[in-house]
This record gives sequence, C-alpha cells and structure tokens, in this order.
Amino acid sequence: MTAAATTHLADNTLLEVERLTMRFGGLVAINDVSFSARSRQITGVIGPNGAGKTTLFNCITGFYKPTVGRLLLRGPGGQPFMLERMDGFRIGQKAKVARTFQNIRLFPGMSVLENLMVAQHNKLMHASGWTVLGLLGLPVYRHAEEAARDLAVSWLERIKLIHVADEPAGSLPYGDQRRLEIARAMCTEPVLLCLDEPAAGLNPKESAELSALLLSIRDEFGIGLLLIEHDMSVVMGISDHIVVLDYGSKISDGSPLEVRNDPAVIRAYLGEDEKE
Amino acid sequence: MTDVTQGRNHRAADTGPAAPNPYVESLKEALFTAVLVFLLGFLMVGYQTEVLQGKQMSYVTRYADVAWAVALMSAGRFLLTLTRFDRTLPALILGGLACLYLFGAGVIGVLELPIYESLFVTPDPLQPDTLPFEQPMVNVIFGLGALFVFAASARTRRRKTVGGQTIEVREAAEARQASFARNFSGILGPILIVLALVIPMKPWGDRQLVDSLVLVMTYVMLGWGLNIVVGLAGLLDLGYVAFYAVGAYTYGKLSTTLGLNFWESLPLAGAMAATFGIALGFPVLRLRGDYLAIVTLGFGEIIRLILINWQAFTGGPNGIGNIAKIDFFGIPFERNPAEGTMAFHTLFGLEFSTTQRVVFLYYVIIGLALITNFVTIRLRKMPIGRAWEALREDETACRALGINPTNTKLTAFAIGAMFAGFAGSFFATRQGFISPESFTFIESAVILAIVVLGGMGSQVGVAVAALLLIGLPEVLRELSLYRMLVFGGVMVLIMLLRPKGLLSYRVPTILYKDRKKKVMAPTPGAAQ
Ligand SMILES: Nc1ncnc2c1ncn2[C@@H]1O[C@H](COP(=O)(O)OP(=O)(O)OP(=O)(O)O)[C@@H](O)[C@H]1O
Ligand SMILES: [Mg+2]
Repeated sequence: MTAAATTHLADNTLLEVERLTMRFGGLVAINDVSFSARSRQITGVIGPNGAGKTTLFNCITGFYKPTVGRLLLRGPGGQPFMLERMDGFRIGQKAKVARTFQNIRLFPGMSVLENLMVAQHNKLMHASGWTVLGLLGLPVYRHAEEAARDLAVSWLERIKLIHVADEPAGSLPYGDQRRLEIARAMCTEPVLLCLDEPAAGLNPKESAELSALLLSIRDEFGIGLLLIEHDMSVVMGISDHIVVLDYGSKISDGSPLEVRNDPAVIRAYLGEDEKE
Repeated sequence: MTDVTQGRNHRAADTGPAAPNPYVESLKEALFTAVLVFLLGFLMVGYQTEVLQGKQMSYVTRYADVAWAVALMSAGRFLLTLTRFDRTLPALILGGLACLYLFGAGVIGVLELPIYESLFVTPDPLQPDTLPFEQPMVNVIFGLGALFVFAASARTRRRKTVGGQTIEVREAAEARQASFARNFSGILGPILIVLALVIPMKPWGDRQLVDSLVLVMTYVMLGWGLNIVVGLAGLLDLGYVAFYAVGAYTYGKLSTTLGLNFWESLPLAGAMAATFGIALGFPVLRLRGDYLAIVTLGFGEIIRLILINWQAFTGGPNGIGNIAKIDFFGIPFERNPAEGTMAFHTLFGLEFSTTQRVVFLYYVIIGLALITNFVTIRLRKMPIGRAWEALREDETACRALGINPTNTKLTAFAIGAMFAGFAGSFFATRQGFISPESFTFIESAVILAIVVLGGMGSQVGVAVAALLLIGLPEVLRELSLYRMLVFGGVMVLIMLLRPKGLLSYRVPTILYKDRKKKVMAPTPGAAQ
C-alpha cells in the first residue's frame, strides 16, 4: 500500500490526479483528466449533469477502479498512497479520504449519535483490542469510547443537532441529514473530504450556513476539500480553485474568476441551457 | 348473516349514489366463489373412493362437506370483499367468532377436556361432532381462513383509525408500537427469566414439562445466536443448522473416540463451528441479500450431505450413537457408577432418579442461552456490534467510512456459528444419538422463523417466538400432523398484524441523554 511513489508530490499538494480515464463499456465517463488539489483549500468540481463528477469521486474513494491513470495522495503524516491500487474501504481506513454521497447515505435506523460513533469504528476497534478487551470492560476501552463520544458530541454541537442526538438519523429533515453526513465524514478524521453536492435541496439560508461550515472545516482542520456543487453561489463563493468537467473531459481549471470568464465553460453551460 | 343486514342499514347513509354498493358487490363475489368452489370441490370433496373388504372399489358421498365448504368459502369471500370497501365490522366479528369456534373446538378436543364433550359433541350418533368437517385438517384449514379474514379486517380497521395518511402519523404510530414493545419486553423479560428458573422446582416440576422446555430453550439459544447474524448484521443465513450439526458431530466424535466429556468438548465444539463459519463465510459474504441466502442454503445442504455420505467418519445415515450423557461437572448421573467413582445422587444424598439429569440439562441450557443473550447484548454496544448494524443499514456508507465489510460480516458469522456449535453439542449430549436427519433445512427455517417472528434484533421477542413455535406444537402433540400448517398460518398472521415481528424495537447503543431512554422503530433489516 505504501509503495514508494515514483512521482514526487509537490510541497503542499494533497491529491494529484494524473491522466485519469474511466470507461464503462463503450462509455467514457472520465476522459484523460489531470488536476491537483491542495491542503487548506477547497477545490470545486463543477460541470453539467452527467459530466462525470460523481464518477471522479468514486474513483478517488475506491468504489471504481480507474481504467487508466494515477491517483496520488499525501496521506496522514505525509505518507504517499496510490489510491488506484487500494481496496475501497482501505482508502477510508488508511489513506483517510472521507466522502459524502449525492443521495444521502446515513444509517437511517441508528441514532444520530450512533452514526458518528460508527464513523470512529477503526479507532475504537483498536482500543477495544478487537472486541476482546472491550467485552471484558477494561478501562482502556471505556476511555476511548468516552473520547469518541466527546468528539461526536462536539460535532453535533457544531452542526446544531445536539438536541436530536438520540433520534433515528432517518427521521431528520433533509438539510439536517446533509449536515450530519458531513459531520460523520469528519469524525473519521480525514485528510481529504469529498463532498458530492452538499447544497442540493437546501434553501438559501441553509446553503449560506453550509458555506460557513465548509470554510470553518478548511481553516480549522487544515484538510483539503473536494466539492462537487451545482449551486454556483456556494461553489464560486468558497472555492479556492475550480475544475470544470464536461462529457468526461476537463475543460477548464483555475480560480473562480478565471473559470467564470472562460469561454469554454460558458459554452458548456449555455449548451446545457439550450437543451432544456 | 344478521349482522350483515344490520350493518347495511347502518352504513347506507355514507355510500355515494354513484359508488357501487359494497354489499351488492360482495354478494356477487360470494356467489362467484360459491360456484367456483362447487365446481372444483364437487368431485374432489364430494366423493371418496373406498376399498370394500379388500377387493371391491366403492365410494362414499360427502355432500354435507361440499355444502359446508361452499358456504364457508363464499362467506369468507363476502367478508373479505366488504373489508376491501372499508366495511370491516362484519368480518371482524364473524371472522373472530369462526376462529374461536374452529380453533377452540379443535384445541379443546385435542386436549380431550371434558368440556369438549358437553360443548361440541352432540349425542346424536349420526352427527358425531359439531365441527363442520370430519377431518381435523379441513377444520384447521378453514380456521386459518377465518383467521385470515379476521386479520385482514383488523388490519384495514387499524389503518383507518391509526391513520397512515401522513408520514408523521405513521411514524408516531410506529414509535408508539416500538415503545410499547420495549416496555412490554422490559417487564416480560425478567418475568420469563424468573419463571424459567423456578419451573423445574417441586410443586410445578414435571419431567415431561421440563423435557419440553429443554427443547424450547435449545431453540431460544439458536434463535439468539442466529439473531446476531440476521437481526444485527442483516445477513440472511438459511444454512444456520449446518453449524448446529458441526457442534453436535464434534462432540459426538470427541465423546466416542477420545472419551472427552461434555464440558471438555463444549469449547472445542464452539471453536469448530466458528471455524466452519469463517471457512464457509469467507467465499460467500461478498454476495448480498438473496444471493447470500441461496448460497448459505446450499452450504447447509452440503454439510448435511457430507454427514450422510462420509460413512467412515460420521456413520452416514446411521449417525453416531452412545454419546456420553451429560454429567455434573465430571460426576455422572448413574444408578450404578463405575467402581471407585461417585454418582450424583450419592454425592448429594438423594434417591436416584432420572429426573435429576433432565433438570440439570434444563439448567445447563438455560445457562448457555443466557450467556448467548448476555454476550449479544454486550457485543451490540461494542464497535463491532455497531458496525454490524451499520452494515445492515448501508454497506456502501460503511465502506466509505473505512469499515472492512468482509471482516465485520465474518465475525458476525463466526460468533453466530459458535453459539450454534454450543447448542449442537448440547443437543448431542441430550439425545445421546445424532444423525443427519436432525439437521435438515427445515430446522434452519424454523430458527429463522423464530428470529423474524420475534422481531429482528429483539431478545425477548425471540424467546416468546420460540415458546410459541416450539412450545405450542409440543403441547398440541396430537396436532403434530398439522403443525406446519398452523405454523404457516401463525407466521402469515403475525406478519400481517405486526410486520416487524412480535416485539420489535431498537434502543440506541449509546445515549446522549442517559436518563431518558429512547426507543425507535427498527428499520426493516436487509434480510426481510
Ligand atoms: N456504474 C456505471 N455504469 C455505467 N455507466 C455509469 C456508471 N456510473 C456512471 N455512469 C455514467 O457515467 C456518466 C457520468 O456520470 P456521473 O454520475 O459521474 O455524472 P455527474 O457529473 O455526477 O452528474 P450529476 O450532476 O447528474 O450528478 C453518465 O453518463 C453515467 O450514466
Ligand atoms: Mg453526480
């Protein structure tokens, strides 16, 4: 897993996507895309429907094996990982990439607090001596569980869901579920957080709160964020850097201002408008 | 039928002029059913061939049975159709009465209670019995039909009164049900445990009863073990009995070849079953849902076929006999123990009695079952238990959180298998003889039925379900032929009335507010 990376990651680069291609049979969902994302930055990924944004996330988080290309990540402690070679769950476990889903995927029957405890599974498994010590009720495990609970509670306070901590996650309103999913991803203590349309279905007030939350995550934890978003007010407002995909290819890459004025981007989006 | 006409006058007001009259519609349906039943049943039910004096073929007519069948079927159809038009009261009352009559008479008759004679048997020799049919099975079938009518009307009624219009109303109703299940279980659980502990004692204790309860408790333990796999981890395992068999054969072999006693073999049997759980689980746990169910079913059968065909090792269809009976931690329950050893009754200065062993067996299985229960409850609150439940809820999300799905499922499989192994070696020591016949698919189905019926994940529910499904047929031994029928009927009923199981609720494994216990309605597991 830790096979020495032949490509050297530039100093503050967190993720290096190199010539990534993903084919489904004859369909090329991602076509030769390269870009990089940095720590302490929000990298926006935009593009019309079906551009391949979610597929890109699925490659980064190990749900799909890329057909061609490399995904190089500077993991915890600066250790390099070649994500394209790793099993899906190991990317979350070892390389510390966390994600949310376009269609929210909470554990609906479990309580809000439990959702955040499950996110700390690997840490707690270790502390419980793979369950053996935990079953015996040793203090080592009890302390670890207390700490995990405190972390969960602090996140619930931050996303203002502490009053429903013991409710089933599935019973929350949509906007709350979105925030809970972000908090759950953060409870894995990631180095890279991938958010797939976190503002979808939120009202303007909630979107503004979301923007503030994402900025605070970036600044406080110093991690990198990859943000897929259709809501331009959110993505243009908080991204440090934006990558634009269209039909699987990268058509633009730069600061929000550069991207907004890029004729290729305007064409892609206007073309989309004409179809509708 | 008088109720029906009254119902008509009563309800006439709220039937719109354009809408079809529910009673006319229902009558049409009933007539159609009557014709259909008559055509289908006239030859099959109406005539029965008979061999006279070993030579001649003859037949007897059973026109009365045909008439009864036509009447009951069309009445049932009538009531069901009314229910569809939201006229539930007649079905509720008549269906309920019919159930009471058919099952009441059946149960009382089977138990041979004196009241049966006075209530249901008329002195007239031409009409020996007031149940509609001569064969009890036919009565049972119609009883189930009546139950169905009753359940359907009860369900429609509840949907109408409780609501279901809005999600909030439904959720509130579910939450109420769950909190009732929780409170009820909270009371019932301790009562059941105390009852279980005192039942073998003198004034109530009766060897036959204790013997039956040993069987029930074995299934309670198996249900609790399978509950880890199906209820918590959401893995539909249709081959659970394989691990029960592995445990039983492990003890059988250890006892007959190495002379190990039950207590020495118990951990080995558990370990062996767990090993099998891992070995079988590893290739199949990548599959999801139905595929997993089919493959586990196949593995269960493979194990049974190996037991049948590997003559040299397993004794084939003849099984293994002369397995050492249980002993009191090394002290045998025997009238005449071997030279130089002490027997249980001499040690405690008692008269020798075979009941002592039965009672001891009973306490052993209670102990084993309670250990299973206790470990399950603890495991649920461990990270592994939370991961099991999370996997049941959403495997994809688990992967994204860095949880290894294969290992997590394997532990559930292995731990579930281990408890089945313990139960299996208990079974072997109780019977003294095992053969592949005890480990057929139907056993897996019964154990699964116990889990689903009890309410997946509900410990008390599983115990109640085992008591119902194993205990009831034991009580109604005479009915044993129709046991599967009643069993199916009860399953259908419970699934209609309480689709999430008898007592299903879920308490979070960790609480923010410790004082106020929260209860939630469980989500249907992946296995449902
Ligand atoms: N597993 C798959 N098998 C086949 N085709 C797929 C698969 N996943 C995605 N695709 C295809 O790849 C293309 C890109 O899909 P993707 O979901 O990445 O788009 P997107 O940019 O996320 O769109 P949206 O904004 O609607 O979420 C689509 O044409 C989609 O049909
Ligand atoms: Mg998408």
